[in-house]
Amino acid sequence: MSAPAVASLSCSQCGAAIELRTLDQAQSVVCASCGSILDARDPNLHLIQAFEARQKFTPQIPLGTRGTLKGEKWEVVGFQVRRATIDGTSYDWEEYLLFNPYKGFRYLTQYDGHWNDVQVVKAAPKELTSGRQPLVILHGETFKHFQSSNAETVFALGEFPWQIRVGDRAVTRDFVAPPRMLSEEQTPDETTWSLGTYLPAAQIWEGFALPGNPPRPRGVYANQPSHYRPMVGSLAKRYLLLAAIVIAIGALRFVSASRAVVYTSPVSFFRPGQAPESLAFVTPTFTVKGRTANLEVATEAQLDNGWAFFEYALVNEATGATYEFGRDLSYYSGRDSDGNWTEGSKRDRAVLPSVPAGPYFLRVQPQAEVTAPFLEYRIIVRHDVPIATPYLICLALLALPPIFVAFRAWGMESARWKESDYASGSGSDDSDGSDSDSDSDSDDD
Amino acid sequence: MTVRSAACPNCGATIEFRWSSAVQTVCPYCKAVLVRRDLDLTKVGTVSDLPPTSSPIQLGTEGRFGPDGFVVVGRIIYAYERGGWNEWHLRTTGGISAWLSDAQGELAVSTPAKSAAELPTAESLRVGQSYAIDGLLFTVASLTRARYAGVEGELPFESWNRSDALFADLDGEGDEPRFATLDYSDDAPVAYVGTYVELEQLSPRNLRRFEGW
Repeated sequence: MSAPAVASLSCSQCGAAIELRTLDQAQSVVCASCGSILDARDPNLHLIQAFEARQKFTPQIPLGTRGTLKGEKWEVVGFQVRRATIDGTSYDWEEYLLFNPYKGFRYLTQYDGHWNDVQVVKAAPKELTSGRQPLVILHGETFKHFQSSNAETVFALGEFPWQIRVGDRAVTRDFVAPPRMLSEEQTPDETTWSLGTYLPAAQIWEGFALPGNPPRPRGVYANQPSHYRPMVGSLAKRYLLLAAIVIAIGALRFVSASRAVVYTSPVSFFRPGQAPESLAFVTPTFTVKGRTANLEVATEAQLDNGWAFFEYALVNEATGATYEFGRDLSYYSGRDSDGNWTEGSKRDRAVLPSVPAGPYFLRVQPQAEVTAPFLEYRIIVRHDVPIATPYLICLALLALPPIFVAFRAWGMESARWKESDYASGSGSDDSDGSDSDSDSDSDDD
Repeated sequence: MTVRSAACPNCGATIEFRWSSAVQTVCPYCKAVLVRRDLDLTKVGTVSDLPPTSSPIQLGTEGRFGPDGFVVVGRIIYAYERGGWNEWHLRTTGGISAWLSDAQGELAVSTPAKSAAELPTAESLRVGQSYAIDGLLFTVASLTRARYAGVEGELPFESWNRSDALFADLDGEGDEPRFATLDYSDDAPVAYVGTYVELEQLSPRNLRRFEGW
């Protein structure tokens, strides 16, 4: 035979029906119709406290709702709204009391759309008081102090295994090790510790078959797990692997490139000041062989405090295809209070991509402004040369995701700790068990 | 000698003992509290209806704790100013009495302390003091004056003559959540040492069934 799961009574103040779902474990029950808080252990339900709440709140999970959390069945039997006042601003959060006759009690808390699954812990954690930021250790896990505050009950509904009153106060301290949070509540009568685990709201909506979608959580909650932080390490590892591959390909290219010299000009001179057209000349035809590859046109000019400009046209004699480009060179040097200085370079290389094999010549038109009477220069053309730039760009692009994720991870931690007693202008280190880098040591008053 | 069954001296119903050496039992039919004196059962009082409980344990629930099996043979209901709890009397296959307390769904199994070292008197008890019990250190966490609010089944002592008593709850040290209780119901204090348990750890059978659960 199964025992009844509820006791049916009526409110001593307004006569409305009251059901006790936790039977002998209920110590106080709030009448849903008049809000009176009644002594649940007294068969006459005598009054503990008349309705006093200034505001009415509606629980998001109605009392009496049964649902499943982490594979276990629970019924919502109590609901209270608690308020912390910090620097004149009040913050309200909800606490749902869940009951299962075979499992006892459990809580759900909700603040700004963030939910926690909370259970009372029997053994008090060990506290380390060294350093500015207290730490507590439970079952080998270290929790960092996050915030101390006061909690006041401002609204209650349903039944509770203690004598609840609107106006009940407790001093609280929260310690975090995302996704877990250890909370201490101190009243004159007792000190209790509870362990919360961050719970995605969708799990509650699904488990309790609530209509619609859960409200979006706002901000970053104290023990909200970071999606980004665990990713940073694996992305960094993956980056190192990809970078190694890119470097290996680059190295292979570096050794396999033919670097064939297809043309070397004789050492040439010209006298600046002549009309540019008169300096123009055409090289003899040279042959580019092998596969289509890049073609490097290197220019070396013996500049000394002057500049030169070379207008080039590479012409395929067979097809008439022409590549036109200009190259600037300048080299200056001197001495100032910091010592010798130089600027610019006497060498330049231009790389034309994908030049097919064939007979080519260069048309060259130099210009220059130099102090010396002559400018000595030479031109060297190489086929199939290795260039580093694409590989460097590739390495840089590959680095973007890990950098982005590391930045987001840092942003999330700094948003998390901004709400704590350790808020400071900058972010907070938080990966290890040491003190945070905050500069605030404010505590509760 | 052992007696497996006896007739209720009040209503004549046959009372089957789960534990043959019980000192006190309650007739399940007429609720007469019966105390065994010599070979006879003597009615010493009557219990009123017990308050409905949400405890999943009931008389006849069986399970295992450590190496021993147990069966629930009796219960004492304690009430104090801010609540109450059930102490279920367990008879173990090892032949001893143990207690399974159920306070707001928190379960704990305790057995009488083996080494009865000198225990503090009720007058000298203070919260925060530490005592060694069975070689372990325990610290007094709270003092509760509780009354006997109801009784059922078989007990290893007479409860009828008891109105209220002082209980001291002591917390142990270390990661294992151990606790101790000092019971001042009798002239000499009795110490119990126990651990918190989850219901599943007891592999329970014959639990109470609740409508809809």
